[in-house]
Amino acid sequence: MFKRLADAGSAVAITVDGKPVAARAGDTVAAALIAAGIDHCRTTPVTGAPRAPYCLMGVCFECLVTVDGVGSRQGCLVPVREGMKVETQLGRREAGR
Amino acid sequence: MTAASDLASSYDLVIVGGGPAGLAAAALAARAGVSTVLFDENPGVGGQIYRAITSTPVKDRAILGEDYWDGAALAADAKASGALIVNGATVWSLDREKIVGVSVGGKARMIAAKRVIIATGSQERPFPIPGWTLPGVMTAGGAQTALKAQGLVTQGRTVMAGSGPLLWLLAAQTLRAGGKIDAILDTTPRRNWAMAMFHLPDFMLSPYFAKGLSLLREVRAKVPVHRADTIEAVGKDKLTEVVFANGSVERRLPADLLLLHQGVVPNVNLANAAGVAHTWNDRQLCFVPVLDADFGSSVPGIAVAGDGAGIAGGTAAAERGRIAAIAAVRALRPEATLPDTQAIRQKLQREEMGRAFLDWLNRPADAFRRPEGETLACRCEEVTAKQVRDTARMGCEGPNQMKAFLRCGMGPCQGRLCGLTVTELIAAERGTSPEQVGYYRLRPPVKPITLAELASLPISEAERKAVER
Amino acid sequence: MARTADVVIIGGGLHGCSTALHLALRGLKPILIEKDYAGRHASGVNAGGVRQLARDLAEIPLSIASMDIWERIEELVGDNCGFESHGTVLVAESDEELAGFKARVDDLRLKGFTHEEMIDRAELKRLVPAVSDYCPGGVVSRRDGAADPFITTQAFRRRAVELGAEIVEGVTVTGLARSGANWRVETSDGAFEAPKVVNAAGAWADRIAAMLGEPVPLKVVAPMLMVTSRLPPFIQPVVILRGRKLSFKQRDNGTVVIGGGHLATPHRDSNETVIDWEKLAISARTVWELFPAMHEATIVRAWAGIEAYMPDGIPVVGRSSTSGGVFHQFGFSTHGFQLGPATGAVMAELVATGSTNTPIDGLQIERFR
Repeated sequence: MFKRLADAGSAVAITVDGKPVAARAGDTVAAALIAAGIDHCRTTPVTGAPRAPYCLMGVCFECLVTVDGVGSRQGCLVPVREGMKVETQLGRREAGR
Repeated sequence: MTAASDLASSYDLVIVGGGPAGLAAAALAARAGVSTVLFDENPGVGGQIYRAITSTPVKDRAILGEDYWDGAALAADAKASGALIVNGATVWSLDREKIVGVSVGGKARMIAAKRVIIATGSQERPFPIPGWTLPGVMTAGGAQTALKAQGLVTQGRTVMAGSGPLLWLLAAQTLRAGGKIDAILDTTPRRNWAMAMFHLPDFMLSPYFAKGLSLLREVRAKVPVHRADTIEAVGKDKLTEVVFANGSVERRLPADLLLLHQGVVPNVNLANAAGVAHTWNDRQLCFVPVLDADFGSSVPGIAVAGDGAGIAGGTAAAERGRIAAIAAVRALRPEATLPDTQAIRQKLQREEMGRAFLDWLNRPADAFRRPEGETLACRCEEVTAKQVRDTARMGCEGPNQMKAFLRCGMGPCQGRLCGLTVTELIAAERGTSPEQVGYYRLRPPVKPITLAELASLPISEAERKAVER
Repeated sequence: MARTADVVIIGGGLHGCSTALHLALRGLKPILIEKDYAGRHASGVNAGGVRQLARDLAEIPLSIASMDIWERIEELVGDNCGFESHGTVLVAESDEELAGFKARVDDLRLKGFTHEEMIDRAELKRLVPAVSDYCPGGVVSRRDGAADPFITTQAFRRRAVELGAEIVEGVTVTGLARSGANWRVETSDGAFEAPKVVNAAGAWADRIAAMLGEPVPLKVVAPMLMVTSRLPPFIQPVVILRGRKLSFKQRDNGTVVIGGGHLATPHRDSNETVIDWEKLAISARTVWELFPAMHEATIVRAWAGIEAYMPDGIPVVGRSSTSGGVFHQFGFSTHGFQLGPATGAVMAELVATGSTNTPIDGLQIERFR
């Protein structure tokens, strides 16, 4: 869906559900996910439908992911950091994980 | 980096949002000697229009266009002004006592302000079509953010759909960056021209006229443009095709990415939760705060500047921010030397000149604001248009009651993506006006906070005593 | 021309709507006047606890009568009101606290009330597996539960209308005076007359009482609540604490409602409340200690409903002390939701027959003279 222009930032290694993903400095988690071509980042608590980042500006809450163990983070507002562990969020995935 | 614990317990002026309005306000107030903090939830300042202005990897200035680079001066000026600018700071509460709840790095603080300028800008108007929740469907603004902030440009089969200047700007920027666009579906109702024409003379005098025309020409030369009065995103677990119709002629386009946009509307959540009175603007089809000439709201000491005060664009937003800041400085530090307000108001007036034309021309069609059937109105709680319509017909008079019946607006986005839709659907079903129906009464936190963040609030003196006793 | 009815009810909370319904069931014609809309305030936005546990002796008979109605609520109002019955558990946080609870439960038994039952550590863990290990036991009221407050209030309202009650919303009462054999209720939309009036005006009820020369020391309060996003199911009963302020429950939809009585600042003339986050942070820390699984839960909303609190913490139910034909039903002091169904029935009985079989001693307005 998206490709990077040539002059993107330096590489930052993160994992998404345990698999390595090459992000770049300046990426947010949501941007790294769409750049990596990941289909969806969560499923809904109501019907389990897959969802992906939608607005990338903090209003839609579709890019909710678990970041370093903390659930329901807005992926589009969290900058990537070396070694960050991102998990896609399945339904009501918060307490008692 | 400023941490939550580095913040003072009070500031003279708290500005929420680091777009043009917030940046201009912060620079002016700090230079006038007012202790000023600006909170912005993004990793860098610029807001949406100047997104990532200090860090964008898009080095070829022609791609984003010169208007974008105007933001660099605003950001530099704010930084040099002495205002404390805190990025990654999410303001989740503001009340009429002007207590600001903010989280930085997972830690929360309550900050007292003497004055507050809400500069939270705009968001894209909800575009509820069948399939709009499918992965592969995004907003045009989202794609533009990815381009500005990360240098991501669309590839694969890409369709853009909707109306309004941003759609055409993104198309042009995408093409300049080497992206491909398979088609643009123009949803602007033809009859809008009748109302817009009245305002054409003003628009022709505005700076947007020449820019707009050249954008349209640039895009139309390279991308097929179709008219559409219905659009559907189709796919099982992700988008596979876009189905659209113009009259009775239906067409199908295979697609990996559909970018939707039908204008922007004020981001009302923080102001609404703070108790700021709002009113329905029928030209812009959205709720706007009720404001005085200095952008002061119905809550004493709280102003709303920028597009949050009603859509007028980035340049106007900066002027509005300055006017709001001047009012704040006058109240806080009457002896301070201030710039000439009259000159600022004149610039603002020039900027706002072409607005009526753009508003009338780009008023989205009823069908794209008031969906039917199984189309989701509320994405978070997955409430359909039919459920909202049926419940309104059964007697539900307002969005707050609708929340209780259907849970629409009760999910994490707190009505941002369904509020206008639900209000308009209720008004349509009950034969009344959106003004009469009103909007969700929004409750803090306007952004969700974790229990851990809330628990991290510093323990108050009263509580410490209670525990010791 | 004033509109006339058998009874004018002032206030469209759950209590007013319940009284309207029960009056209509008795064949009377009530008109209910509500300044906003039914369930706009505390009735619509409270925590939804349907609790007999830990009540004042004076209101236990009303509470027990209400429980009987709650258990057949759908028969009465045609809607299950989201009522779910998984009990309420009062958790002791220390052995000392547990001993205090036992003294109360023993005392209740002597007085003939058996709904409260002591539980030990093992039974507490069975009922509330997520609770922290330091809690030694508690008290359970097994028939208790929770319901959806706004849906409930609306269901009572709807059923009342179906039975012939008239509900007038968006209309404010501005005056109340004798007019021959009737009471004349002046409003922002004309006058209403009826031989009987019920004051169910909640946080505004003192103003109605004042019109009758019957001032009451009503305090306007706004207990705060907050709710999380949807979580996996992990707790069934409603959990309350005594020493620290907490009520805690997970609804069927997965959201967890956290309350307990920390107060917002109410502004009853503008219908606004200002949340006190430093007090909610105390609740957050309490939840943190009691339910470790909740640490990363996200809070999506906090709010407070405006209601009346009486100095002794129990409601005013019964006749006016100054004005024949006027009845009071207010001041439920942050725990009136469960009482709504039966109090409406008792009030209708009182209005229609002049007396009631359910003891309401100790709840009369005379106690504030």
